[in-house]
Amino acid sequence: MTNFTPISSLIGGLIIGSAVVLYFYTTGRLAGISGVFANGLTTKKNRSSNLFFLLGLVIGPSIYLIINDQEVSFNITNSFFLIFVAGFFVGLGTKMSSGCTSGHGICGISRFSTRSIIATISFVITGVVTVFVLQQFGLYL
Amino acid sequence: MDKIFSLVSGIIFGVGLMISGMTNPEKVIGFLSITHNWDPSLIFVMGGGIMFTTPFFFLLRNKNKSFLGVEIKLPQNTEIDRKLLLGSALFGVGWGLAGLCPGPAISSLVFLSPMSLLFLAAMFAGVLANKYI
Repeated sequence: MTNFTPISSLIGGLIIGSAVVLYFYTTGRLAGISGVFANGLTTKKNRSSNLFFLLGLVIGPSIYLIINDQEVSFNITNSFFLIFVAGFFVGLGTKMSSGCTSGHGICGISRFSTRSIIATISFVITGVVTVFVLQQFGLYL
Repeated sequence: MDKIFSLVSGIIFGVGLMISGMTNPEKVIGFLSITHNWDPSLIFVMGGGIMFTTPFFFLLRNKNKSFLGVEIKLPQNTEIDRKLLLGSALFGVGWGLAGLCPGPAISSLVFLSPMSLLFLAAMFAGVLANKYI
């Protein structure tokens, strides 16, 4: 279980928002990570730009880890099966619905897109149900 | 220019994810676990993101060029179809199973866990599988 961290989460959210704005104002594209990931790996158009964004997603946290002296936790299930199924569903689901937490949840909602509002409600509901079901089987972090 | 701005945007995005706590799957699952030790932090992450971006999207709402003169490409699809509903529902199941969505999954590579790599490989397989649906 984790503690409620409203301040650091709000600051992190604002920083994510600033990255979305910078990306949109300079490249004219929405920073939806599932789209950048899928396009970077499967299409030639804007490939290097997409791959540079993905590289940044790893470089940023690396810099953060070097500068920050507090420990940053990463607690994940140890079931390879669960991770594989989860990753597959996330890849397929975001491709089918053209967006994830960033593309629908942040970019879409702030553009008042009905599709994104519905998608966000949908993935939060199934996420909550999934965690609830796992907990009934004693599987939770 | 495009590449430099993409890289810088990615770096800032990744730092934001780390500060927000969303690179820890346990924290995401804590948010989805509304009946058991609920951790509502994720609402503040999304809220912060939306608060920051809304005025900026509004300013450029009728423009077709960005400030650097690049063409703006926004999704044109407004249909609420089966693919949107099924896809987002499926994504939510995967999100709840592992506590990872695409951004944090990529950023979590810095923790050098084989789980991040496995998740990303499976995610790529999922992207490819979409062609057969």
